[in-house]
Amino acid sequence: MKGVTQEEYYRGVRMAPYDLVKELAIALAGVGVLALVVSAVVSSPDEPPVTISAWVQSDPVDFVTTATGELAGTTTSAGYGQPYNATADAAQKWGPISPQAWLGARIPIDSANTFVIQPLQRAAFGNAQLDTAVKTWQAASADDQGKWTDAYTKALTDAKVADDGTITVADGDYGPLPLMMANLLGMARSGALDGLLQISGRFYQTDYTPALLFMGDGGYLDGLAGSWNLHGDQWGMMNETGQYPGQTWLWLYTMWYQVFPFNSDTGALGLSSANADLGIVILMTLLTAALALVPLIPILRDIPRWVPIHRLIWRRYYSAKVSA
Amino acid sequence: MDATSKEIPHPAAEPANWTLRVRRYIDRLLPMDHLLPDRQPYYVGSWVYVFGVVTIAALVWVVGSGVVLSFMGPQWWHVSGVGRFFNSLHFWSVQLFFIFMVLHLWGQYFMASWRDGRAATWLIGVVIFGVSILTAFTGYLSQQNFDSQFIAINAKDAMNGAGIGAFFNVLNFGQMYGLHVMLLPIGVTFLVVWHIVMVRTRGVVKPIDPEGANRS
Repeated sequence: MKGVTQEEYYRGVRMAPYDLVKELAIALAGVGVLALVVSAVVSSPDEPPVTISAWVQSDPVDFVTTATGELAGTTTSAGYGQPYNATADAAQKWGPISPQAWLGARIPIDSANTFVIQPLQRAAFGNAQLDTAVKTWQAASADDQGKWTDAYTKALTDAKVADDGTITVADGDYGPLPLMMANLLGMARSGALDGLLQISGRFYQTDYTPALLFMGDGGYLDGLAGSWNLHGDQWGMMNETGQYPGQTWLWLYTMWYQVFPFNSDTGALGLSSANADLGIVILMTLLTAALALVPLIPILRDIPRWVPIHRLIWRRYYSAKVSA
Repeated sequence: MDATSKEIPHPAAEPANWTLRVRRYIDRLLPMDHLLPDRQPYYVGSWVYVFGVVTIAALVWVVGSGVVLSFMGPQWWHVSGVGRFFNSLHFWSVQLFFIFMVLHLWGQYFMASWRDGRAATWLIGVVIFGVSILTAFTGYLSQQNFDSQFIAINAKDAMNGAGIGAFFNVLNFGQMYGLHVMLLPIGVTFLVVWHIVMVRTRGVVKPIDPEGANRS
């Protein structure tokens, strides 16, 4: 009705009294009362965040295994690819489409150095033994480092945890790793590592990327998330800790992770669990565009005419027409 | 009137006056009786029409509670009972906002409300829905509790896999918090105002004609 005024559009239509401001005031009051009552009765979720200190106190072997994995380059973050590092073939792609690789390592994270070596170097001031151990590790060949981390990782599967939280493994050739890990464990238990991972060379900082990546490499935080049904394969985006709703409006986005080909290792059409994130973002972008362009898309724009829900909504109008 | 004022031409006689032009354009686009109507077509009597206004009402509560939370800082609600209550009010207002908005969206879909030149109004409504999801997402990331930790770790893969993570780092609390309390709420509010102006400018759409006379 371009160029048509409201008066022209409604010509011949019976008008009825209406009070928009009163309706808005009642809506504000009604929604407010509802929100206030629900807030007072059921509150909101606030499960305390996990610290590295809490992780170590709860599962020191998982912590040391993760830290050793960072040195070995076997953790998720160490081989993640862009935007954290340039690990070859790690970025998700669908055919020639790989925006993850295209945009490069814009948030560079060297997992071994950031999570293990640099914190130990800071702690080595006044600790000659640790200083020597770190230097021994850095001077060692890649082969030696690999042998030490392999042997130590295997030994950690049978590690014993003492009452004071220290861990012991069977005797073996682990190079300087036991001393390094004992120090890292002690720093983590005291809470010092939580702070050291946040050091960015500036006094103020609000970026938790290193600490979250490190904790994400371990099994402790992930295990807690599973117990709260927060994993992707548990429709996790729709859940919160406790009995609270999460982002339920993401139900469609979350659903794709539960169905073929995005939940399959082999998949189809080049889409599988390996590139599910990329595939689902592309799919949801197309679906959102389709929703926005519904007025222009045949069938989609015709469904409201075919489904008689509008007859319920405007039943007074249609009953008046029938009477007429 | 003194002699001096008589020498100044009245704005009505000055067609090049920018202020007058803008005022006349606004008067033509959205007269006050269209912005705040006291009469509507008689078929505007369904409960479906209420979903739009209650969505706006929920947004007012979302913004109001959010202003209090942002004024007091992100730590406050974790250590204060009053703060926890305001966080709960924010949390549940958001839940209500989305429930009402989805009901509004479905209602408008089955009314085919894009007819008679209203496609842009529908499109902006869908954009509001998308920007609201992004705003809520950054809010969940800004909670500074276990949920925000795991949501960040889990969501980074989706963002990184699509290349978005290179610029939108969900592990960076400062970036997420800044977006959540400033840029995105301004975006949602601006779009909602624009959406309302478009609705009030054109008025509500007529019912779908059974004979298809209103086909767009």
